[in-house]
Amino acid sequence: MPSLKDLRNRIASVKATQKITKAMQMVAAAKLRRAQQAAEAARPYAERMDTVLANLASGVSGDGPALLTGNGKSEVHLLVVATAERGLCGGFNSSIVRLARERILALQSEGKTVKILCIGKKGYDQLRRQFEKQIVDLIDLRALRQIGFENADPIGKKIIAMFDRGEFDVATLFYSKFRSVILQIPTAQQLIPAEVPAGGEASTAAYEYEPGQDEILATLLPRNISVQIFRGLLENAASEQGARMSAMDNATRNAGEMIKKQTTIYNRSRQAMITKELIEIISGAEAL
Amino acid sequence: MATFHFELVSPEKLLFSGEVEAVVVPGVEGQFTVMKDHAPVMTVLKAGIVEIDEAPNKKSRLFVRGGFADVAAGGLTLLAEQATPLEQFDSARLAQEIKNAEEDLADATSDEAQKLAADKLDQLNELKAAVAA
Repeated sequence: MPSLKDLRNRIASVKATQKITKAMQMVAAAKLRRAQQAAEAARPYAERMDTVLANLASGVSGDGPALLTGNGKSEVHLLVVATAERGLCGGFNSSIVRLARERILALQSEGKTVKILCIGKKGYDQLRRQFEKQIVDLIDLRALRQIGFENADPIGKKIIAMFDRGEFDVATLFYSKFRSVILQIPTAQQLIPAEVPAGGEASTAAYEYEPGQDEILATLLPRNISVQIFRGLLENAASEQGARMSAMDNATRNAGEMIKKQTTIYNRSRQAMITKELIEIISGAEAL
Repeated sequence: MATFHFELVSPEKLLFSGEVEAVVVPGVEGQFTVMKDHAPVMTVLKAGIVEIDEAPNKKSRLFVRGGFADVAAGGLTLLAEQATPLEQFDSARLAQEIKNAEEDLADATSDEAQKLAADKLDQLNELKAAVAA
């Protein structure tokens, strides 16, 4: 039976924890709003990019650039796993890592080589335990408060440089799509060869290209990869804050319940002690 | 005058969307003006000024750097790598960018990189002249 002092301490510590989780929830809510706005603002560009790419790709006959059609092999797979830099956001990081891990194991059982590029420390920490040798690099975005296109661009360039050196054949990006505060969907998206959205206006109109179609594709495809990564990172940022908000909301509620339960126990034992003292006094007086 | 649909988007946001009369686009092979029912063209952009005519007395000018212009039946779409309204344009930043480009040119080792840096520097200088005008 814990003493009254123990109980008081325990209640105080749970209250302190509750204050922290409450504060984290409110911070996450404020950040979520900003992240969501950024993700929504970036959507039109990516959508137009898709249309332009679809228009262009429908005009490409036969073998286009390697970024579009691949290099004909699918032996070495590069998985770009984008996660958060911080924890305490529920199952956000684990669910992305789980999806990536399933893919890695599936690819390995098919006898393919897997390479992993981590964006974000949390995913790296989790994948390192099992796939230490496959991880080629870790990109750290911890210092950033807000992701800009200029942060996503170098990642895209780096991946393309690796592709040009023949270090992999297929690249896939793993991130979490933001649906709502309580729903984030871990997603795998193929970067190289580019996944061309169907339904481009089949080239009925005779397009004129300046300079040439191939040159435009050659500039557009690398840009497209950077844009896809940028979009993934923004969606990820919004998802992370959403997941953290609901996780911290749960934690605050659990702390509240715990405080209530502990307070009841505390009051009961306090009353029991008073009753015991009373009985002692009364029986002492009667004995006289 | 007849209008058509025009959209200007950068990776960060949608800068302009609406009906316009004419747009001057800085294409990599020269400036051109797009009006209603322009033939479909797709071109790479260079750094320069986009001029938007919404109505006879309503013009706006924006600085764009890199990207694509897509003229289709549905209208004109500009995908700019970077876009800033000219009023907010900072000549100090431009000077900084020119300096960066000069350094890039000095550091360039391969022929290709040198050509790229020189092109960029040319574009920026041209832009500086355009802003000053």
